Amino acid sequence: MAESGAFFERHEASGSVMLAARGNWQVESAAALDRELADLAKSRPGQIRIDLGGIDSLDTVGAFLLLRTARSIDASLENVPDGFATLLEHVEKAVEARPHHPRRRHRHFHVGEWLDHLGEQVFRILANATELLAFFGRILVTAGRLVVHPSHARPVALLSQLQRNGWAALPIVGMLAFLIGVVIAYQGADQLAQFGAQIFTVNLLAVSVLRELGCLITAIIVAGRSGSAFTAEIGAMRVNEEVDAMQVLGLDPVEVLVMPRLIGLLISLPLLTFFADFVGIAGGGLMCWLALDITPPVFLDQLHGALNPLTFWLGVIKAPFFAFVIAMVGCHGGLEVERSAESVGHHTTASVVRSIFLILVLDAGFSILFAKLHV
Amino acid sequence: MSDARQANGHADGHDDGLLVRVRGLVTKIGGRTIHDGIDLDLRRGEVLGVVGGSGAGKSVLLRTIVGLMTPAAGTIEVFGEQMARLNDRERHKLEARWGVLFQDGALFSSLTVAENIDVPLKEQFDLPHHLLVEIAQLKLSLVGLAPETASLHPSELSGGMRKRAGLARALALDPALLFLDEPTAGLDPISAGDFDHLIGDLKSSLGLTVFMVTHDLDSLVAICDRIAVLIDKRLKIGTIEELMRDPHPWLQSYFHGPRGRAALDGKVA
Repeated sequence: MAESGAFFERHEASGSVMLAARGNWQVESAAALDRELADLAKSRPGQIRIDLGGIDSLDTVGAFLLLRTARSIDASLENVPDGFATLLEHVEKAVEARPHHPRRRHRHFHVGEWLDHLGEQVFRILANATELLAFFGRILVTAGRLVVHPSHARPVALLSQLQRNGWAALPIVGMLAFLIGVVIAYQGADQLAQFGAQIFTVNLLAVSVLRELGCLITAIIVAGRSGSAFTAEIGAMRVNEEVDAMQVLGLDPVEVLVMPRLIGLLISLPLLTFFADFVGIAGGGLMCWLALDITPPVFLDQLHGALNPLTFWLGVIKAPFFAFVIAMVGCHGGLEVERSAESVGHHTTASVVRSIFLILVLDAGFSILFAKLHV
Repeated sequence: MSDARQANGHADGHDDGLLVRVRGLVTKIGGRTIHDGIDLDLRRGEVLGVVGGSGAGKSVLLRTIVGLMTPAAGTIEVFGEQMARLNDRERHKLEARWGVLFQDGALFSSLTVAENIDVPLKEQFDLPHHLLVEIAQLKLSLVGLAPETASLHPSELSGGMRKRAGLARALALDPALLFLDEPTAGLDPISAGDFDHLIGDLKSSLGLTVFMVTHDLDSLVAICDRIAVLIDKRLKIGTIEELMRDPHPWLQSYFHGPRGRAALDGKVA
C-alpha cells in the first residue's frame, strides 16, 4: 500500500467490488497510487464502486487519479464528502477538456529516422548559409547608404568598439603571439639543427609568423573574444525587445548595432595582426638569441634576407576579410536570437564556431590564391 | 468556498485561521524606507487585494513576505511559522506550500510550458514520466489553456497565455496559499476579466487563499474579499465599502475618480 498515507481497501460483496479510498490523496502519494491503480485497471475486476467517504484530504492530483481510474474501469464514485465535491467537479471538467491519451513519441533507432535527421541538418546548414548571404547583402546596402550619407555614421559608438575590441585585446594577442614565436623558433631549430642549418630558423619563423600564424592566431582570439561578445550583446537586446524598439523608432539595427562593430573590427584586426606579427618575431628572435646564440644583429640581417617586400602584406591583407567574417557572423547570430536565455547561449556558441570555421576556410582559399599567383 | 483544504492534513501548528501574519514590518531599500510599521493578516480562504500608487511598495511587500527580501524590522509568520527563524530545509518545505505568480509569468525560457509546470513536481517528488505529463495537462486545463500549449516555449506564448502558464506552475504543488503580482496588468479588459474569473473559480474549487497585488479596480470589485491599501508607508485594510468612506485624499481619488466610478458602478451599493 502507499507508504505516505493514501490507500484503498477492497471489499468484495456479491458480484460487485467496493473500493474504499482512505487517507490523504495528495500529490505526495501520487507515484505509489498511480502504480496500484494501474494494476487495478489491468485486472479488470468487473463491476466496481469507489467509496470516497474515508478520504481525509484531496488535491487536484488525487482527484485526477480517482477520476482517471473511475473512467478506465467504468466505476462510479460514491459517498463523496461535501468538501471535495466542487474540487472533483472542477477537475472532472478539466479532464474532459483534454484528450484521453496524450500522444507519446516512441524513440526507437531507425535508419530512416537517422537519414531524416541527416537531411534536416543539411537543409538547416543550407538555410543558415542563405541567411548569412542575405545578411551580407544587407550590410553592403547599409554600407553604401553610409557612404552616400556620412552623417549617419556613429563615431562615438565606433570609438567605443575600437577601445573594446582593439585596444583591450592587445595584452592577450601579444602574449599568445609571443609564445607562438617562441615555440616555432624552438621546434624549428631542433629540426634544422639536423642539417646544421640553424640559421634558417629565422626564415622559418619569419615566413610562418608573418604569412600565416600572426593573422590566424589574432583572428581566432578575436573571434572568441569579440565575436561572442557581439552575439551575446545583440542577443540580450533581442531578448529585451530593444532591437524591436529600435526598429519601431525608425532606427535600422544594422546601421546602429552592426556597422560600428564591423567597421571597428575592420580597423582593429589588421592593427592587432601587425602587433602580433611584431611580437611573434620578437619572441622568436629572443629564443634564437638564448637557445641558438643568434645575436640580434645576425637575426635582423638574416630576417632581411628571408623576407621579400610582400611577405608581411600577404599576411596582413587577410585580416580585414577575417574581421568582416567575425563581425558579420557575430552580429547575425545576435539578431537571430529568440526570446529565451538558452537561445543567447546557443547562438553565441554557434557564431564563434562558425566564424572560426569560416576563417580557416578563407585562409585555405587565400593559400590557393597566392599559390596560383606565385607570390 | 470549499473546505477541502480546511478539513484536511494541512492543519497548522497553532491554527488561528491566519495564513499570513505580519507585525510591525519595516523595509528599507538603499536607506530609503519603503514600509514603516505594517500589520497585515491574511485569513484562510479570503482573497486580499493589495493596492497603492506606483512605487508605493506593493511588490516589495509581496517579495518580503515570500522571503525574496529581508525586512529591516518586524515579524512575518506564514502558516504559523516565523519566517526569520526557519533554517533552509524548513523554509524549503514551507515554500512548497505556496505558489507565486510573478508579473510576467517568469517562466523558464529554455523549458516548454509542460516542463515549467513539472519543475516543482520533479523537485519535490519522484513521479513517473507519464504521470508528470498527465499532471501538466491537468494543470493546463485547470487554468484554461489548450493541451497543445504544453509543448510550446514561453517565447511562443502571448502575454495572457504566459500568465496562465505561470499560474499553472504556481498551482503545480496544489498550494493552499497563492501570491499573485499584478495578475491582470498588461491584459486587455476581456482577458483580464477572464483571468479574474479564473482566480475566483480556482479559489472556490481548490480552497485557495490569495494575496494579490493589483492595479486593477475591476479585479478588486470582482474577486477581492478585503482590500489593503498602501498609503504613506503604512497599510489600511478593509472591505471596499469601508475604504470608500475613508477621507484620505488618495483613497477618495482612487475610488471616486472616473475609473473608480466606472468600475464600481452598480456593483457596490
